[in-house]
Amino acid sequence: MTESVELVGGFLAAAVRVATPIMLAATGETITQRSGVLNLGIEGMMLAGALAATLGATAVGAWTGVAFGIGAGMLLAAVFALVVIGARADQVIAGTAITLGAVGLTGTIYRQAYGAGGAGLDLPTLAPIALPGLASIPLLGPALFTQPASTYLGFLAVPVVWWLLFRTRAGLALRATGESAEVARASGVPTRRVRAVATIVGGAFAGLAGATLVLAQVGSFAERMTAGRGYVAIAIVVLGRWHPVGVAVAALAFGAAMALQFLFQTLELDLPYQLFLMLPYVLALLALAGMVGRVRAPADLAKP
Amino acid sequence: MGLELAGYDAGRALGALWSGAFGSWYALTSATLVRSVPLVVIGLGLAISFRAGAFNIGAEGQFYAGAIAATWLGLHVGSLPSPLAVAAVLSVAFLAGALWIAVPVLLRVRYGVLEVISTLLLNFVAEATTSLVVQGPLQERQGIYPQSDAIAEVARLPLLPGTRLHAGILIALTGAALLHHLFSRTLWGFQLRAVGLGQRAAELSGRIDGRRTAAAALAISGAVAGLAGGIEVAGVSYALFQNLSPGYGFTAIAVALLGRLHPLGVVVAGILFGALEAGASAMQREAGVPAVAVYVVEAVVILVVLLAESIRRGGMAGVAAIGSATGTARARG
Repeated sequence: MTESVELVGGFLAAAVRVATPIMLAATGETITQRSGVLNLGIEGMMLAGALAATLGATAVGAWTGVAFGIGAGMLLAAVFALVVIGARADQVIAGTAITLGAVGLTGTIYRQAYGAGGAGLDLPTLAPIALPGLASIPLLGPALFTQPASTYLGFLAVPVVWWLLFRTRAGLALRATGESAEVARASGVPTRRVRAVATIVGGAFAGLAGATLVLAQVGSFAERMTAGRGYVAIAIVVLGRWHPVGVAVAALAFGAAMALQFLFQTLELDLPYQLFLMLPYVLALLALAGMVGRVRAPADLAKP
Repeated sequence: MGLELAGYDAGRALGALWSGAFGSWYALTSATLVRSVPLVVIGLGLAISFRAGAFNIGAEGQFYAGAIAATWLGLHVGSLPSPLAVAAVLSVAFLAGALWIAVPVLLRVRYGVLEVISTLLLNFVAEATTSLVVQGPLQERQGIYPQSDAIAEVARLPLLPGTRLHAGILIALTGAALLHHLFSRTLWGFQLRAVGLGQRAAELSGRIDGRRTAAAALAISGAVAGLAGGIEVAGVSYALFQNLSPGYGFTAIAVALLGRLHPLGVVVAGILFGALEAGASAMQREAGVPAVAVYVVEAVVILVVLLAESIRRGGMAGVAAIGSATGTARARG
C-alpha cells in the first residue's frame, strides 16, 4: 500500500518536474501568439537559455544562470522580432532559421567553453523547496509543494498572465492586435510595438524554460538537449486554446505522458522504451484532432 | 571575424572549408554532391508543398520513414535482378513517405489541424520508431549494435567509378527538370501557384479545388522526402541507424526557400548547402572548428534572404500566401 502511494507520488512529482519547462515556454508563446506572431524559434530560444544558464551558473550561481537564460531568450527573440515584425518576413521560415542558428551557436560555444567531451559539469542547481505545511500533504505534497523555485514561478505566471491578457488595457490591445491588426491600428494601438514586446516577452519565458531544464531538471547541458520541447510547447498552446489556464493544464497532461516512461521503468514492463518516447507526441496529435470545431486561433496569427 | 574572436585560425578554417567542399574532384563528388542529393530531392518536394501554401516541416520524419521501409525491403530482395531491386526499394520508400504524411494531410483536411504542428510532432515519432526498429526487428544479426545489416548488393545504387557519388544525383536532376516542366508548362503548376497565393480566391474562380490541391501537394512532398530516405540507404549508408540524417529535412527547408521554390534554384541551393556541410566536416577535422557552426551560417543565409526578399517586394506578396494558407486551414478548425 505505502509502496504504491510512493510510486504514484513519485510519478506526480516527475510529471510536474517534466512539465515545468514546457509550461513556461507555452505560457510565453501564448502571449506571443495572442499578438498574432507564431514563433517557431522558441525551440532555439530554449536551447540558448539552457546554455546561457549553464554558463551563468558555472561562473556565479544558479540565479545568475536563470538571469542569463532569460537574457539569451530575449536576445534571440529580438532578432526574430526584427526579421518578422521589422521586415515582415515569413514567420514559419524565420522561426525555423532561428532554431537552426541556435543549435549551431550553442553547439559551438559549448565545445569552445567545455571542450569536445563536454566534461562532467558541476553546476549549482535550483534545489527543491518544501513549502511549510503544504509539503506534508500525502501525494500532492511531494508532487506539487516540494519543487524547485522555477516550478512555483511557472504556476504563479498562470494567473498573472491571465490577468494581464484579459483584465488590463495592455492585454486588450495585445489581443486586438492578434485578432485584427488593421482594426487595432485604426483605433490607435501601436501594433508593431505590441507584437515586438509580446515576442520578446515570449522569448524571456522560453529562455527561463531552458534555464529551468538545466538547473532544475537535468543538472547539466548537452547539445540539442531541448529535443523538441519548444515545438511541443507550440502544440500545447493550441491544445490549451490560447488560454493560460488551458495551457497549464495541457502542459501538465503532457508532462504526465512523458513521466509515464519513468513509471513503467519502475514497473519493469516488457515493452520497448521507445513506445513511451513517442506516446506524448501521439497523444498530442490525437488531442489536436479531438478539438475539431471547438477552438479558434487569433485571426491574424502568422500574418505579417 | 567571428572565428578569430572564438580563438580559431580563420584563414586555416576557411581554407579547410573550401578544400573540403571543392578542393578536389573527390571532395566535390564524394563530399559535396553526396550531401547535396538528399537536400535537393527533399527541397524539390518541399517546393511543391510551399508553392501550394502548405507547410511541411516534417520532412525529417518522412525521410526516416522512407529509410526504414527501404532498409526493410533492401534486406529481402537479394534474389531480384539489380534494376528491379533498386526500383522496388525506392518505390517502397516513396510510399512510406506518403504514408507518414497521410496523417497530417488527413488531420488538415478533416479536422483543420495546422500541418506545421502535426508534421513537426511526427518527426519525434519517426525518430523514436527508427531507434525502435534498429534495436528490434531490423537489428543486425549479432544483436549488438543499434543498426541494421547491410542491404542486398543488388539493391544498391551504382557509383560513379572512383568516387562515392551514386546514381541518386541523376534522380535529383531528372526530378528537377520534370518539376520545372510541371511548374511552368502545366495546369497543375498554375493551380499550385493560385492556391498558394490565396485558397479562397482560387476556389472562387470555380475551377480549382483548393483543399484538394493543397492536400495533394502536401502528400507529394512527404512521399518525395521518403524517397530521399530510400536513396540515402540505397546509395550512401546501405544500412539503417539512428542519426542517419544530420538534419537534412530541416536544412532542405532552407534549400527550398533559398532556391525561391524554383526547381533549378533548389538544385543550386542544394549544392551550396551540401558544400557548406561537406566543408564544415573538413573544417572540424583540420582547424578544430565544430561542424555545427555551419548551422549558424545557414541560419544567417536564410534570415538575410528573408530580409532581402521583403525589401525587394516591399514586404507583401509571398507572405500573403502563407497567411492565407494558415487562414483557410484555421477557418475549418
